[in-house]
This record gives sequence, C-alpha cells and structure tokens, in this order.
Amino acid sequence: MISSHLTSACLPGLLLDRAASRSPWLLPRDASVHGLALDDHLLINLWIALALLALAHLILLIGLLTRRHSAPTRLWRIEYLPLAALALLFAVLTLKAERLWASSRYTGASPTALQVEVTGVQFAWYFRYPGPDATFGLTQPKLVAPGEGNPLGLDPTDPHSTDDFISSQLVLPANREVDLRLRAQDVIHGFSIPEMRLKQNAVPGQTIHLHFTPTTPGTYAILCTQLCGLGHYRMNATLLILPRDQFASWLAAKQKAAP
Amino acid sequence: MTPPFNTPPAQPQPANTAGKKRRAALFPLRLFSIDHRIIGIQYLVLALISVVIGTVLSLLMRIHLVWPDWHLPLHGPILPEDYLALVTIHGTIMLFFVLTTAPQAGFGNLILPAQIGARSMAFPTLNATSFWLTAAALLILLSSTFVPGGAAISGWTAYPPLSAVASSGPGQALGMDLWLTSIALFAIASTVSSINTLTTIIRNRCNGMTWERLPLTVWGWFTAALLSIIAFSVLLAAILLLLCDRHAGTSFFLPTGDLVNGVLHQGGNGSPLLWLHLFWFFGHPEVYIAILPGMGLTSMLLANFSHRRVFAYRTMILTTLLIGLLGILLWGHHMFVAGLNPFASSAFSISTMAIALPAAAKVLSWLATTWRSKPSYKTPMLFALGFVSLFLTGGLTGPILAQPILDEYLHNTFFVVAHFHLIMAMAGIFGLYAATYYWFPLLTATSQHPGRLFSEPLGNLHFWCTLVGAYAVFLPMHLTGLAGEPRHYAQLTGIPGPGGSLSPAGALLSNTLPLNRFITYAAIFLATAQLVFLFNLVRSLRKGDFASSNPWQATTLEWHPSMNPFPPPSASDTPEMSVHRAPCHYQSNRSEVSFLPQWEPVPLALDEIEDATDTKPE
Ligand SMILES: [Cu+2]
Ligand SMILES: [Cu+2]
Repeated sequence: MISSHLTSACLPGLLLDRAASRSPWLLPRDASVHGLALDDHLLINLWIALALLALAHLILLIGLLTRRHSAPTRLWRIEYLPLAALALLFAVLTLKAERLWASSRYTGASPTALQVEVTGVQFAWYFRYPGPDATFGLTQPKLVAPGEGNPLGLDPTDPHSTDDFISSQLVLPANREVDLRLRAQDVIHGFSIPEMRLKQNAVPGQTIHLHFTPTTPGTYAILCTQLCGLGHYRMNATLLILPRDQFASWLAAKQKAAP
Repeated sequence: MTPPFNTPPAQPQPANTAGKKRRAALFPLRLFSIDHRIIGIQYLVLALISVVIGTVLSLLMRIHLVWPDWHLPLHGPILPEDYLALVTIHGTIMLFFVLTTAPQAGFGNLILPAQIGARSMAFPTLNATSFWLTAAALLILLSSTFVPGGAAISGWTAYPPLSAVASSGPGQALGMDLWLTSIALFAIASTVSSINTLTTIIRNRCNGMTWERLPLTVWGWFTAALLSIIAFSVLLAAILLLLCDRHAGTSFFLPTGDLVNGVLHQGGNGSPLLWLHLFWFFGHPEVYIAILPGMGLTSMLLANFSHRRVFAYRTMILTTLLIGLLGILLWGHHMFVAGLNPFASSAFSISTMAIALPAAAKVLSWLATTWRSKPSYKTPMLFALGFVSLFLTGGLTGPILAQPILDEYLHNTFFVVAHFHLIMAMAGIFGLYAATYYWFPLLTATSQHPGRLFSEPLGNLHFWCTLVGAYAVFLPMHLTGLAGEPRHYAQLTGIPGPGGSLSPAGALLSNTLPLNRFITYAAIFLATAQLVFLFNLVRSLRKGDFASSNPWQATTLEWHPSMNPFPPPSASDTPEMSVHRAPCHYQSNRSEVSFLPQWEPVPLALDEIEDATDTKPE
C-alpha cells in the first residue's frame, strides 16, 4: 500500500497542486479589504527571509570552501555593521506591521457596521443576528438547551431577545463592514477565516470584537484553530458572502421566520 | 618538543584494591549513585528512551494524517482523541524529557564540572534526587496512556478550561491529573537541578577560571539554569493553581457561568488568559533553556575544528545573557490573537523583534569564526555546522511571526510548527548529536580502557541523511501553513461540514494533502536515518577505536589527561587544576605548538599571545 502511494502521490502531485493554486506560496485567495496589504507585507517578509537565508548560507559555504586564511581579526566593521543593518531592517518591518495592525485592531468598527455575534461551542459555531431592534438579547448559561432549540441560552423574558435569530452559517453582505462579537461557551476556540485573513480566539468569559469588510461574494471556510477537544478538527462552518440585494432578501426571510 | 598535553591514549589506572577495581568495573550497575558523571549518563539514557518514544509517536501522527484509515497494530484505527493524545505526549516528552533534560541535565552533569575544573557538582545528593524525580515524572506521564479516558488531549500547553474541567473530553480526568503531576515533578526536579548547576558554576571554579575564561558552553548552561529557576517555578505555581481549580473548587482559570458539556461552573471569576500568561512566561524561556547549551557548544566546536578563536568572545558572552534576559520578556507573542489588548501585542512584538539581534550576532560570530578557516570535517563539526544552518533557517521566520498582523494569519498553522521544529527540535537535536559525537570518548572511558570514538564514515552518513531529512520534513511545512493548514487537526480529508461532504473547510484543507504526503515520506526517511546513529552507538560502545586523551585537540578542561580515564580517580587523587587563559587558543603559524589548552602553563616565549583574543578592537 505504501509503495503504491509512493509512486502515485509524491512529487508530481505536489507540482500539479502548486500550479493549480491561485497565488504564490500556496496562500489562499484573499477576499477582504484589509487582506491585500497583509499579503503584500507577508510576501515582502518571506522574500527578505529567503534572501537572508541564501546570503548567510552563501557566506558559510564560501568561507568553508576557500583556502585557509590566518585567523580573522576582530573588526568593528564585521561585528557591528551587519547588526546595525539588520536592526534597521527589522525596525522598518516592525513599523510597517504595526501600522497595519493598528489600522485593523486599535480602533473598533464604525457604528454603522453590521452586528453579528459568533459563539464557539464544542464543536460548532453559532451566529446570532440581533434582528430589527439591532440589540442582542440577554443570554444565560443555565438556559442553554440545544435540544430545545436554544443553544445559546437566550433569555425569553428579555424583550430584545424576541427578534434575535441564530444561524449555523455566517451570511454577510459584500463590501459592508462587519462587527463580530466573539464569545465562547465552554473552552477556548479559535475563530479563523483564512480567506479573510482573520484569526482571533474566542475566550469563555470574554466578549472580543473583531471587524472586517469582505469583498468578493462566494463561500469560504470558517475553522477552529485553537485546540478545543476531540472534535477540534471538524469544528468548521461556512461563510457565505452575498451581493447586497441578495443579502437583504436573505435577512428579510430570516427575520420573518424568527418568532 | 613534545607538548605534554598531547598524551598518548590513556592507560588503565592501577586500582588500589581488588574490591575497588571490581566496583569500578561494575559502575553502570550502581543505579543509585551520587556521582555526577553517572547521573549525567542516566539522564542521557532517559533522554534516549524518550526521544525514541517521541519519534515513534510523531511518525504515527504523520502516517495518520495522510492515511487516516490506517489501523495501528494492537490498537485499531487512530481516533481523533488518540491523535490528540499522540500530539500531547509527543510535545511533552520531546520538550521536557529530551530537549530540556539532555543538554542541560545530561551533558551539564557529565561535562560541566570538568569544564570548570571542579571535582564534582555542588550538591551531589540533590543531583541524584532530581534525576529520580525526573524519571518518576516520565513514568507518570507514560502511565497516563493506560488510565480510563486515556492520556490528556489538550496539547503540551494545556489551555483551560479544556484542561481544568474533567467533563471537557477524553483524557481530561485522571489523564490530565497525571499529566499535571508529571510536569509538576519535572518542574521541581529542574529547579533543583538548576540551583545545583548555578551553585557549581559560581562556587566550584578552579584557580584562574575567571568569568571571562569560562567556555561558552558553560555560559549556555549558566544562562539556561537561571532561566530554568525563574520559569519552572512559575510553571509549578500555575500547575498548582490548575490542580486547585480541578479539585479544590477554586476558579483561577474558570470564568463565571462556564458551561462545559452540560456541566455549569457558576463559581468564581477567573480567566483562562491568566493561565496563558503564566504558562507562556514559562513556555518561552523554556525554548531558550533547550537551545542555549547547544549555541554555546556550537561556538566552541566551530572554533575547535577551525583551529581558530571564537570571533568576539566577550560579545558572545553578552549575547548569551541578553538572549536570556529578552527571553523572559516576550512571552506575549504567543498571545497575539488570544484576546489581549492589541496594544499589549504591539509591545510584545517589539521585544520579540529585539531578540533577533543578539541571535543574529551569534550567527555572525559563527560565520566569522569559520570564514576561510579550512576546518577539519569531523562528525561533531558537521553537526555544529548543521546547527548553524538549521538555527538560521528556523530563526529567520521568527521575526515574521513576531509581527501581530502576520501572526493573525499564521498563528496555529503549520508555518509555526515548521518554525519551532527547525529552530528548537532540529537545531536542538543537532546540538545534542554534536555533543554526543564530540564527548563520546569521555562518556565511554572506564578504568579498564580509554574512551572510544564513533565510526567517522557512519557519522558522516548519519549527518547528511539527517540534514537532508530535516529540511525535507520541515521546509514544506511552511507552505502547508501558508496554505492555511491548522495545527492539531486529526484529519485533513473527509471533514464533515455543514454544507455537505465538500464543505469549504474540507476543500481548503485537502489542498495541502499532496504536500503532506511528501512530508510524511520525508519524516519516515528522517526517522530511519536515526537507526544509523543507534547502530553506530551500539557498535562504537563495544568496538569503537580508542581515543587519545585529547582526540580533537580541544583547549577546554574536560580534556585534561587527569579527567581521563572515566571515571577519574577519586576526588582526593585529582590534581588541583589551574587555568591560564581563555579557551580556544590556537596558533596556525608555529608548527610545534598548534593549540594551547587552558590548563597548560606557557613557556615564556609563547606567553605573549595570551589573552590577545579580543581585548582591543582594531
Ligand atoms: Cu473549537
Ligand atoms: Cu478547536
């Protein structure tokens, strides 16, 4: 069995697969507004790492292959100049990275952003929309009853909860900012959408906000990227990005169905 | 002139009495010894057993990833919880019982006292105690596989609430308790052993062994011991708090209203993030504890086999200490997406970038030391060069992961797995191999015969296969990580999704399958190549060539003729050592004396070269 796999699957499959991939280095397609700058910065970093790797190995090999020279004298040029250059390089990269990080994380979403709550539970993601009143109803852990259709423990006595509806799929309109409220019911989960260049742990006891703007309509994978138990590998969901008008009709249909 | 330090192979020492002779011959059987060399060998044997187990576990993981239907003999199919138990035990065993134990406690005990001219470790009984605690910790860890529910499945990081609540899944009841007990014992043993190491270095140095003359390996052990004491005591505290959460009704790490698997925890007002802080405050220094002795040894070996001084010796001491200091200030880079304030991520990003500079200074020194030196390519030298290569390759992705915005995409993917396996596991193992090949004569000398050498051709074969294998396994992992493959996934194909069989998640993950097949084949090759080492070890133990008392023309004290044969005569018979210069004094232009050991008093004419190493820059 092993030998047949060896012949069929090894390198040719590898090359084919790389050719089929849409962007260099096997990075999946980006479908968010902030992702393009992130990809550029990531690729610059990878090229720099590769160049430094090649340069250092080249120096090592040349040093080993050329004929013997008397012991190197201690020159400040060898000792400090490359360090200063590296310090400068890393400082520039850090600065650039910080600007990108700040633009997506230092401030919250705009007040007009679409509100959705994401809850991680062993081993599923639930997405709650606040309904026409634009306010999420209260939830209580002791009311949680997935078998009775209340997986998040929505409190029926809270007037805001009556129009909330829960979806197993994250459906969003294209080109509108989304403000996600990230929560976890039991253990730490990792909310991740590779094609949106998004990752944030959902921590029980905390509500963490995460905002982004999807661009391209389509379906995307939502994964769990923080080890959360035996079903960790199959804790996924689908993100569906719809054009604005289709999203509006989806929302209307959902709200009509909500009690 | 025949320098007295180029002695012929050491001759058996006449023993005083027949009884003593017989006891010396039977020394490996003296299980409960307080002799630091025997304890060192015991640690190395423990690490060897651990690395074999850890490697087999990693192969099972790799095989399961690409052939999920494969049935493990005597066990059956590998279930998701089995896979996670494999991950957990592999990580725990490799990090603690191999990468912490072997360089620090193993070679530290074996070589460190001799290298500073001490007769023994400062606290011999404490030393033996910490070994037996470590052995008990390993047994407890392995026993957790056999308890109901199986071994813990929450990875070596054991994030709560998964690890704090028994109802959170298989292995999280008794298996988790055993895991925590094992690591707690290990933490105690490491702290105690590090106190021993520090005290030995500070108090037991021989005449003339000033701080600036300490070999860089000793500086590595010293800094790693400092880090161990700081880091392991915090880990121990964290484990005790977690055990309280599990059994004493506290909730340090449990938030109010946490509902796990139908069990509601109404109580206290804790936060899982507290565990992350405590754990990574330990976890990151732990990485440097594993690699610092290897870095020191690499510096010494490159100089030794290049017949050169270590380039910028004092800077190397400084960077070792600086790496230690920065190493305890950057734990937060494991928590960029964990739920911290984003400003905290910025701060930790800067401290992480900063550590790249002392690390780069070390690489520069290695490059400058070997530059146009025409070194002799003995196996220890090859492994030291491999260490440099892997350290570079693994290290260069560090600054990428130190940027929160990039970590947002790469965190918990195989890119991270590739990064830390190259720098810590592979460079770490290369350091261990370099040490084993280099110090083998000291390990194998007995009162019956001088030390033995490994077979060089087999050593060469082992090196090249391991180097190629290491790169073949871990370079492609960068690509699967970039493609979005997360860690800790028991399966990459056929993952049920809400949208039917071909869910977007299933499609995304199966992209990496061809690459993963290649990685698995490479992993099998890499593991197989280690059989060459095991064969060489068994063969050389029994019939390896006898070494002279200083086969590599080394300059450090462990190669002093009176330190050979092993075990050396009892402490009272050992001559007082004196040290006259820093290590790595070589002279290539005078034929009669090519190297000057630290212990050798110098003829007057040669005295002028003493300590010209790096006092003044040009
Ligand atoms: Cu999860
Ligand atoms: Cu998970």
